[in-house]
Amino acid sequence: MKNIEFTLNGFPMLVYVDPSLRLLDVLRNTLGLTGTKEGCDIGECGACTVLLNGKAVNSCLVLIGQVENQNVLTVEGLSSHGSLHPLQQKFLEYGAVQCGFCTPGMLLSAYALLQENPHPSEDEIKDAIAGNLCRCTGYKPIIDAITAYSR
Amino acid sequence: MNTFEYLQPKSIDEAQNNFNEKSRLFAGGTDVLGLLKDHIESPEKLINLKNIPGLDKIEYVQGSGLKIGSMVKISAIAQHPLIREKYTVLAEAAESVASPQLRNVGTLGGNLCQRPRCWYFRGDFPCLRKDGGECFAVDGENKYHCIIGGEACYIVHPSDTAVALLALDAKIKISSNGKIKEVPVNDFFILPGDDILRENILQPGEVVTEVFIPEPKANMVSRYLKFTERGSWDFAIVSVAAVIEKSVNTIQNARIVWGGVAPKPWQDLEFNKNLQGLKISEDILKKVTSTLFEKAEPLEHNGYKVPLVKNLTKKILLQIA
Ligand SMILES: Cc1cc2nc3c(=O)[nH]c(=O)nc-3n(C[C@H](O)[C@H](O)[C@H](O)COP(=O)(O)OP(=O)(O)OC[C@H]3O[C@@H](n4cnc5c(N)ncnc54)[C@H](O)[C@@H]3O)c2cc1C
Ligand code: SF4
Ligand code: FES
Ligand code: FES
Repeated sequence: MKNIEFTLNGFPMLVYVDPSLRLLDVLRNTLGLTGTKEGCDIGECGACTVLLNGKAVNSCLVLIGQVENQNVLTVEGLSSHGSLHPLQQKFLEYGAVQCGFCTPGMLLSAYALLQENPHPSEDEIKDAIAGNLCRCTGYKPIIDAITAYSR
Repeated sequence: MNTFEYLQPKSIDEAQNNFNEKSRLFAGGTDVLGLLKDHIESPEKLINLKNIPGLDKIEYVQGSGLKIGSMVKISAIAQHPLIREKYTVLAEAAESVASPQLRNVGTLGGNLCQRPRCWYFRGDFPCLRKDGGECFAVDGENKYHCIIGGEACYIVHPSDTAVALLALDAKIKISSNGKIKEVPVNDFFILPGDDILRENILQPGEVVTEVFIPEPKANMVSRYLKFTERGSWDFAIVSVAAVIEKSVNTIQNARIVWGGVAPKPWQDLEFNKNLQGLKISEDILKKVTSTLFEKAEPLEHNGYKVPLVKNLTKKILLQIA
């Protein structure tokens, strides 16, 4: 067991955990933040996407030790004071959410892109969400929602 | 996943002093964690290289060449303006690796040293590469296996960047117990006939520190083409890297390397020589590529890779010349 400090959704966080846990385990089980989803567990689906220092990563393939003193953002950090982030609003408006399983990861991949590139082209959006699988919507509403937000 | 000790040494010496036969080096972890999860490897100690200073630098010296530290992220290589311009083939290969999430974490060193993707190897099969008794692929599901260079084991090497780096004539720097050695990419990777239990020359505890790519000639152009089964991210079915020096549309020098066909990045020096002095046209390319991989020995389900190699090679040369 080990003390590990990092910044989570803008706040300092200290956890006392086994360093062989994955970031995903700590978020969901230790901290009860279940917005980050657990899908394939092997880096293929993107449901577990969070931002590490502003970059999208799969939290199922990151050890908690790797985030020591780093900055982590989960979907819970997107909304503020109980109201949805405007990007989340657009997802709802454009029907980009059906079962919702891919949505947190999708939002974070899109958010990372928009931070770096506020007006992405459709191809840039497709590239940014290439690691996020959605079995429901067929991607078009998702791309439309991201495009609408960027306008 | 089993539990393990997790270390973040601050120097290569410290990493190597802590290393024993139950240890694994750990870079981004995108491959190691998959192997741990599936119990293909069960190390007791993971040694993360990320706090070792100097391993995450990209440095270009005009007239000499480019040094890329082993801990540089794949995404940083894909996006680096100088690499995109001068070493296009490497930027394109890096950009084709996995998904954005994995490129943001995965490193160059880890990409070169990743383990094969043969599904029997990744699955619950005690095959030869795991020191077991037989190869399950040779008479099994071998659609994605090698067509050349196999012997008892028929993996393909999964790394995209390795293919580009061989075409660029890069060298790999290895730290071995206080000493540094430098080997050409082609000598870094090995075939199953050399040692069936590993994919490269690294001895336990040896650390890849850097990749060096010489300065390109002014008339050099380069590209990477990767054929995948699905539209989005995937490992290569077949890929080809082309590095060409040309004047107008005549090839002066060519280095062509294929991925997805052999247990290591594959080249055919004879073919490279035959390309010298050729004026690029569809007809000429059809002719020179027609005899490619004549020595290939496909398995039952992967014969399709032979024409695929020829077509991709033709395509990339037409694009580039
Ligand atoms: C879903 C998925 C898709 C993928 N698709 C692709 C793809 O299309 N193309 C591709 O090329 N790869 C692909 N990969 C493979 C690979 O995970 C990444 O390419 C990545 O670059 C590996 O780097 P890493 O730093 O995460 O390696 P790690 O997992 O940290 O390490 C991999 C291996 O290299 C060793 N190692 C790491 N660094 C060093 C070093 N400096 N010296 C000595 N040994 C070292 C480790 O001990 C380990 O055995 C994919 C992986 C996944 C999970
Ligand atoms: S091809 Fe190699 S890794 Fe795959 S089953 Fe055969 S021996 Fe094992
Ligand atoms: S759960 Fe992490 S990528 Fe699928
Ligand atoms: S909304 Fe169901 S997986 Fe995307």
